[in-house]
Amino acid sequence: MINKDLVIIGGGPAGMSAAIAAYESGISDILIIERDSHLGGILQQCIHNGFGLHKFKEELTGPEYAYKLECKVNELNIPHILDTMVLEVSPEKVVTATNEKDGIFKIQAKAVILAMGCRERSKGALNIAGERPAGIYSAGTAQKFVNMKGYLPGKKVVILGSGDIGLIMARRMTLEGAKVEAVCELMPYSGGLARNIEQCLNDFNIPLKLSHTVVEIEGKERVTGVKIAKVDENRCPIPETIEYIPCDTLLLSVGLIPENELSKDAGVALSRITSGAVVDQNRQTSVEGIFACGNVLHVHDLADFVSDEAEIAGIAAAEYIRGNISNETEINLKTDGKVRYTVPQKITAYTDTTVYFRVSDVFRNVKVVVKNGDKVLFEKKKQKVAPGEMETVKITKDMLENVNELKIGLEVL
Amino acid sequence: MIRNMTCIVCPMGCTLEVTLDENGKFVSVAGNTCKRGEVYANNECTNPVRTLTSSVRCDNGEMLSVKTSEAVPKEKLFECMEEINKIIAKTPVTAGDCILKNICNTNVDVIATRSI
Repeated sequence: MINKDLVIIGGGPAGMSAAIAAYESGISDILIIERDSHLGGILQQCIHNGFGLHKFKEELTGPEYAYKLECKVNELNIPHILDTMVLEVSPEKVVTATNEKDGIFKIQAKAVILAMGCRERSKGALNIAGERPAGIYSAGTAQKFVNMKGYLPGKKVVILGSGDIGLIMARRMTLEGAKVEAVCELMPYSGGLARNIEQCLNDFNIPLKLSHTVVEIEGKERVTGVKIAKVDENRCPIPETIEYIPCDTLLLSVGLIPENELSKDAGVALSRITSGAVVDQNRQTSVEGIFACGNVLHVHDLADFVSDEAEIAGIAAAEYIRGNISNETEINLKTDGKVRYTVPQKITAYTDTTVYFRVSDVFRNVKVVVKNGDKVLFEKKKQKVAPGEMETVKITKDMLENVNELKIGLEVL
Repeated sequence: MIRNMTCIVCPMGCTLEVTLDENGKFVSVAGNTCKRGEVYANNECTNPVRTLTSSVRCDNGEMLSVKTSEAVPKEKLFECMEEINKIIAKTPVTAGDCILKNICNTNVDVIATRSI
């Protein structure tokens, strides 16, 4: 068995950022394991711009963001193996992996960082009636076809779901000559960034139909059209509003799911809300020495935030390997429902912690409130919060004195 | 005259309220949280521009992601796409290499965003 200080599973923005941070914290016996034939993960197919404004203070495309991290990984000589699939991570931090050249092999790690990213929710999760013809793709699959393979998946397109990938693909397909008939969104608001609605839909006069869904797919060999309908406040389709849109392609952009099969094997406790691990401020999971960061932990809006989070995990893993991490306390962070979840979910040391959270609905004129019981420890006003945009609140060291639970919530003003 | 728009400069996506005079000329903007928002609002009302990203086929069959080195006029996006789709890029390519000079007389180049 091979021994390594730190094994990082996944060579996307999270894995590379974590590796760089760990290296710069003094740990050099690192191995990044990547299943694709190049580093960079999904960024390689995200050819649009808008990356890096926070992290690198310049506007980059996805491949450029990945390239900057990859150059740094190479400059620091951080070992990485490509085309290698991790099969299992044990609670004892034995990583089993396989590739064409080495067969199946095991690595005993002192610490493991999970950075496997997420995958798209598929059609099977949606219960749409109708045939099962060709022409139905997840937005990310279509993105790979167009950007990486040079194929246009269809010419007349309806998109279900207004997440950022769906919006980006509406623009991309339009630029490549397809006609995007409509983007339907089940919710009364879009899950994507406001700038993407502006530059991907409004720029090209693509209608965004809020509170609408696809109720039926038509076509035997190939999609010939979809029936869409408005939904009521319980998200049930209203039969009188059904309209037929002829099209040859349906793209689905209906959510992302952290890819946690390996985490489960390792005995890592998962959150039912984020579908990612439950972590402390170091991004350490319920299994000591196993850390998680990036979209495998919770789905992020920006690669920049993924890198920030991965750096926390990378530094913490380095400290753990040196034996410098101990739990001084355990303070659980609770939410009020309007705040849907927080990451981290608990704080185990008396230290300043930035808590990331997502809200459950669009709220205007609210206060973000941090409470210990009924006592308000901190509050800040926000003009608008939305589920599509991650928020943060800073928990300072002095808020943690004599506390075993903090509640983070919203009060509508 | 008031024109409402969403700033696309960064992921914050500020809601802008732009005041224009009777000739449609930019007067002032409210709602932006940074200086770049003001520049964007002014541009958007006089000469809207966008960075164009796409991918082109390489001589070895692989696809290469590219972008315009600067933003190009919005009304030229489709014209630029036609030019970009004619390109066959020579390998090897390094990120940052110029793939096509002065696309559609915009004084903007098309550059590679990855290495192949």
